[in-house]
Amino acid sequence: MTAQILTSPKSALAKPGDPYLELDGISKVYPTANGPFTVMEDITLTVQEGEFVCVIGHSGCGKTTLLNMVSGFAQPTTGEVRLQGQRITRPGPDRMVVFQNYALLPWKTAFENVYLAVDAVQPERPRREKLEIVREHLAMVGLEEAMHKKPGQLSGGMKQRVAIARALSIRPQVLILDEPFGALDAITKEELQEELLKIWTEHQVTVMMITHDIDEALFLADRIVMMTNGPHARIGEIMAVPFPRPRDRARLMEDPYYYTLRNQALDFLYSRYAHHE
Amino acid sequence: MATVAGRNRLPRFNFATYFKKNGRNVIAPSAALVVALICWELFSAVTQSLPGPIQVIRETWDPLIICPFYVGNQAWGLNGLSGGDVGLGWQAIASLIRVSIGYSLAAMVGIFVGVLVGASRLLYRAVDPMFQVLRTVPPLAWLPIALAIFRDSGPAGIFIIFVTAIWPIIYNTAVGVQQMPQDYKNVAKVLRLSGKEYFFSILLPSIVPYMLTGLRLGIGLAWLAIVAAEMLRGDTGIGFFIWNSYNSGNLSEVILALFYIGMIGFLLDRLVGAIASFVAADH
Repeated sequence: MTAQILTSPKSALAKPGDPYLELDGISKVYPTANGPFTVMEDITLTVQEGEFVCVIGHSGCGKTTLLNMVSGFAQPTTGEVRLQGQRITRPGPDRMVVFQNYALLPWKTAFENVYLAVDAVQPERPRREKLEIVREHLAMVGLEEAMHKKPGQLSGGMKQRVAIARALSIRPQVLILDEPFGALDAITKEELQEELLKIWTEHQVTVMMITHDIDEALFLADRIVMMTNGPHARIGEIMAVPFPRPRDRARLMEDPYYYTLRNQALDFLYSRYAHHE
Repeated sequence: MATVAGRNRLPRFNFATYFKKNGRNVIAPSAALVVALICWELFSAVTQSLPGPIQVIRETWDPLIICPFYVGNQAWGLNGLSGGDVGLGWQAIASLIRVSIGYSLAAMVGIFVGVLVGASRLLYRAVDPMFQVLRTVPPLAWLPIALAIFRDSGPAGIFIIFVTAIWPIIYNTAVGVQQMPQDYKNVAKVLRLSGKEYFFSILLPSIVPYMLTGLRLGIGLAWLAIVAAEMLRGDTGIGFFIWNSYNSGNLSEVILALFYIGMIGFLLDRLVGAIASFVAADH
């Protein structure tokens, strides 16, 4: 294992010491009737351009809140989130989100859902080009056949594909995914994971993704951020996943190091920070 | 045979199997109707207060029942069809035009106000008590007020229909806005949609099912208000017809007109319901 493959090809292009996405000393405190409730504190993380980061942790550790502060839907109580040095204060298309339950508009077809995003972000572009972008992205997720169907006629996996196509069609700098494949069956899940990796390689996009699934995180991520349990959740450990890319699931499964990492993550989640209800 | 099965052919209609399946649905209401008619006939025979069903049909058969669109001798007055000597079909059309004007106004204003009230919690709190009281005022009670405002029975009648039909439209639209899924708002936020785009691409389509519920309740109420709206009008409409027949002591005509009102109200409800289920199919 050489140092070269410890980082993804794209992050190698970025100047060293040139942070892309920074979470700087973040805490989130909610005022309650019984006094302030600290969901998380002291979160500091730097993500390089083009990096794929998975966030893993038990429910209630504030993973979604953390990503909401990157997307701008929530504000940290202390600390700040910066993208290329700019402080994040509100949601914007440069940090596009693939929502947990797809968030497609049911009265629009798959095509129209993606078009809405492309049109909103680049209104001045000629219509023909916008249509072409939409078509291209739907084709990329394998939805040429079904692009004129409405979400109600699509399966969960297909809806998630539309959501991914919509997110990528506007060329975000950071792609944020909140447990995107949680509701899908195992086969669809693996297919979509592979497609996501392919698209990530082609689009050179920085990804932050929440997942519950250690195997998914090991297959996809450059680094896995493991969070301790809330309240007062922190980053417990950051695991580098140094497998070469493009990754092949079968070959990965044969690598003994895969199991070393897997056991390490399992140990973190189920022994050291086991979830007690 | 595969080619035939491949095409989406309707199964052949078979009366016997249809009747076997739906016989109860036909027999039960028919039986109830017959029982009701018998009770009515007995009631009128005993009390002598109302004409029974047989008498109603006999007295209104020619020309009202057999010719709903006849035009009497004195019908063409200065105002076109006036004076009331025309078939109930014409009266119903006059009423429907009046209702459609009042109802359309109620729909437009109601949806507009509903969106505003639904979007602003403060505004909702401010007007909710007032609207809750106003919406219980019956159509007839608006009559003197409408006449005082408009000094003319034409616009006053339309106002009564408007003010009766508008409340469920306002409330259902407002609830639709309040119940809009957070997901849709988040999409709008992350894409930074402009106000216009947000309104037409997200807000309006997402409240359509609620709006249609309001519109369906509204059409029922608008039609309920028709008699009140037309009571003082001396020219046309089914409400006027009822009032006119009552004043000339012809209860059979009144009963026939009630039947018309009921049937038209039922059809209007079904029509708006059908439109609603067609439009809301995507939701």
